[in-house]
Amino acid sequence: MSSHFVRTQMLAPEAPPSNTTGPGAWLRQNLFATPKDAVLTIMGLLVLAWLVPDAVNWLFIKAVWSGADRTVCATTEQLGGIQPAGWSGACWAFVQSRFTTFIFGRYPIEERWRPILVGVMLVALLVPLLIPKVPRKGLNALLLFVIFPVVAFYLLLGGVFGLSHVETSNWGGLMVTLILSFVGIAVSLPAGILLALGRRSRMPVIKSLCVIFIEVIRGVPLITVLFMASVMLPLFLPAGVNFDKFLRALVGVSLFAAAYMAEVIRGGLQAIPKGQYEGADSLGLGYWQKMRLIILPQAIKLVIPGIVNTFIGMFKDTSLVMIIGMFDLLGIINQSFSDATWATAVTPVTGLIFAGFIYWLFCFGMSRYSAFMERHLDTGHKR
Amino acid sequence: MAVNVSEPAGDDRPRSSLLYDPVFRSIIYQVLTAIIFVALIWWFWNNTLENLRRANIASGFGFLNGRAGFDVGQSLIAYTSDSTYLRALYVGFLNTLLVAFTGIVTATIIGFIVGIGRLSHNWLIAKVSQVYVEVFRNIPPLLVIFFWYKGVLAVLPQPRDSIHLPLSVFLNNRGLAFPRPIWGDGAGAIPVAFLVGIVAAILVTKWASARQARTGQPFPSGWTGFGLILGLPILTFLALGSPLSFDYPVAGKFNLSGGSVVGPEFVSLYLALSFYTAAFIAEIVRSGIRSVPKGQTEAAFALGLQSGVTTRKVVVPQALRIIIPPLTSQYLNLTKNSSLAIAIGFSDLVAVGGTILNQSGRAVEIVAIWMAIYLSISLATSLFMNWFNAKMALVER
Repeated sequence: MSSHFVRTQMLAPEAPPSNTTGPGAWLRQNLFATPKDAVLTIMGLLVLAWLVPDAVNWLFIKAVWSGADRTVCATTEQLGGIQPAGWSGACWAFVQSRFTTFIFGRYPIEERWRPILVGVMLVALLVPLLIPKVPRKGLNALLLFVIFPVVAFYLLLGGVFGLSHVETSNWGGLMVTLILSFVGIAVSLPAGILLALGRRSRMPVIKSLCVIFIEVIRGVPLITVLFMASVMLPLFLPAGVNFDKFLRALVGVSLFAAAYMAEVIRGGLQAIPKGQYEGADSLGLGYWQKMRLIILPQAIKLVIPGIVNTFIGMFKDTSLVMIIGMFDLLGIINQSFSDATWATAVTPVTGLIFAGFIYWLFCFGMSRYSAFMERHLDTGHKR
Repeated sequence: MAVNVSEPAGDDRPRSSLLYDPVFRSIIYQVLTAIIFVALIWWFWNNTLENLRRANIASGFGFLNGRAGFDVGQSLIAYTSDSTYLRALYVGFLNTLLVAFTGIVTATIIGFIVGIGRLSHNWLIAKVSQVYVEVFRNIPPLLVIFFWYKGVLAVLPQPRDSIHLPLSVFLNNRGLAFPRPIWGDGAGAIPVAFLVGIVAAILVTKWASARQARTGQPFPSGWTGFGLILGLPILTFLALGSPLSFDYPVAGKFNLSGGSVVGPEFVSLYLALSFYTAAFIAEIVRSGIRSVPKGQTEAAFALGLQSGVTTRKVVVPQALRIIIPPLTSQYLNLTKNSSLAIAIGFSDLVAVGGTILNQSGRAVEIVAIWMAIYLSISLATSLFMNWFNAKMALVER
C-alpha cells in the first residue's frame, strides 16, 4: 500500500485575475498604461473629437446627394445657390451626375457597351487567375495576356467588323487609367525580367546597355519620360509616321515601370544562393532553362511585395498622363471643375475625394492581395 | 537547347562546333546587340535631323541666350521677362531645390513621428498612424497636390478678408504672407559665426571622444556643441546691436502690402510632397526600428544603461543602418515628384522648361537639360548617401 497521495482529478482552472480581463483592463493596458500614455491618449482623443465630427458632418450629413446642377451645391451668397449662407458640405450630386463621364470619358454613349464588355471580360479572366485554387492557370494566363488584349484593342478602337471607329482622344476616365495600368503591368514584368537578367549578364556590352537604361530612367522623373515619349518620339521616327498620343503615353509608362521592375527583380536574383545556379548547371540545363525552371520561380516569389509595390506605384503614376493632355480618371475629374454647370466652392474637394477613394480602393486591394499571396506561397524557408 | 560543356584545360578531345562554344557565342551576341543598338541610334539621329530640318527648327544650345519673354510666379533670384532662357531655367532649378529641400525636412519630421507612432504601445496612436500611412500611400501624389491647391487653398478667403495668424502672418487665396526680415549693417558676420560654431562643435566632439577613450571621463559634448552652434551667432547678433528689422505685411483695402508672400502653388506642392512622402518614410522608420532585435535592448538594460541612453546609443545607430538606404531613395523620389509642379503652375525646372519648349520647340535640348540635371541630382545624392552609409555601416572584425 502506497503511502503517498496522487490526485486523480484535475482542478478546474482558476479564472484570470479580474484586473486583466474585460474592457477596463484593455483600456488600462492599451490606452492608459503609463502617465505618458494617458496624456497621449487624451490628446489624441481631443484631436479626433475636433476632426471626426466635422468630417462626418461635411461628408455625409450636410452633403447634397442629388440635384441637376450647381444650384443645389451653392449658397445663397453665390449666384443662384439654394443652400443657406455659410453652408459647406460634399456635393455628391456632382459626382452622381458626372459618374459615367468619370468612367468612360467622351466615349460615345451608344458605344459604351464596348468598354463595359471589355471590363466584364477582364474581370472574368482576372478573378480566376487571382484565386489560387482555380485550375488551368496556363490557359487562363494565355487568354488574359495574349487573346484578351487583341480582342480588347479591336473592340475599343473599332473600325473592323462593322464597329464604328472611336478615336483614342475620346477615351477617358477610369477606362484610360485601367488600360494604361494593364498594359504597363503586362509589359513591365517581362521587360523588367529581361533587363534584370541583362544587368546580371557576364557580357559587358549587354550589361552596360541595361545598366545605362535602368539608371537613366530611374534617375529622372516620370514626367520627363512622358514628355520625351510625347514630343521626342515623333522626332525619332521618319516623317509621316503618325504615332497615336495614347500609344506614346503607353510607351512612356511601360518604359518607366520596366526600369523599376528590373531593379526589384534583380534584388530577387541576388538573393538566390549560388548553389542553386551551380545545381542547375550541374544538371546540364542551358541558360534559359536554368532561369525559367530554377532561378526565376524562386526569385520572383521572394520579391512579390516589391513587384506589387511597383504595380501600385505605376497605377498611381498613370495620373501623370493628364499633364501631357490626356484625360485619365484624375484628368477628367480635374477638367470637370471648369464646367460651369457644376462650378461651386465645394465641387473640387468633392471630386478629388471621389478620385482619391477610387485610387485608394484599387491600390489598397492590390496590397492586400499581395499580402495574401505572400502567405499562400510561403513554403516555410524563412529564416 | 544546346548544352554547354566546359572543358578542363589541356583537354585534347576534338572540340565540338564553334557554334556551341560559350565564349564565341557571347561575342557574337554582343556584336549583334551593339550593331542593332548603333543602327537604331543612327536611324533615330537621322530621322531627328530630317524632321528638324523640315520643321525649320535649328538645333544646338545657342537659343538659351535668347530673351525669355515670360514671367515666373516665384523666383529666388532677380528675374524679369527680359532675362535669358538660361536665367529662367536657373530660376526653375533653384525653385526645384527649394521645394525639394523644405519638403525633405518636413517629410522626415512627420515621417519619424508617424513611424514611431505606429510602434507605440498606445492603441489609439498606433491606429491613427496606421490610417495616415494607409491613406497616403495609396493615392497618387498629383491628387494630393490638387487637393491642397484646388480643394483647400483656392477656397480660402480673398486677400482683404485674410486669416490673421499670430506674428503678423496672413493666409489667403493668394498665398501665405509673413514678415520679411531686413538685415542691417554687419549682418554678414552672423552666418560666419554660425559656421565657426559648427567647426568648433566638431572639434570639441572629437577632442571629447578622444579624451573619453583615453581617460574614461565623459564630456557633455552634445550640449557644448549645441551651445556653440546656436550661441555664437546669437552673441554676434547681440554684439552687433541687433541689426534686424522686419517688413510687416499690412492689410490694405483690397490687398496686403509689404512682407514676403509665398504663392499657393508653392504651399500646396510643399504640403502635398511632405505629407505624401512622410507616409513612406514612416514605414521605413517602423521597419528599421523593428529590425533591431529585442535582445539588444535587454542587453543594454542588463549593462545598466538607462532607457534614453539605450535608445540613443544602442537602438538608433543600428536602426539607422537599415533606414538610411531606403530613406535616400525616398528623398530622391520627393525631388523627382517635385516635377509635378507643372500641373499647378509652380515654376520649377520642368514647368519653366515646358514653357520654353512650347515657345521655342527645342524638344531635344530641353529634355536633355532636364535629364542631365535630374540625373546629376540623383547621382550627387546617392554619392553622398553612399559615403554616409559606409560611415554608418557595421565594422566587422
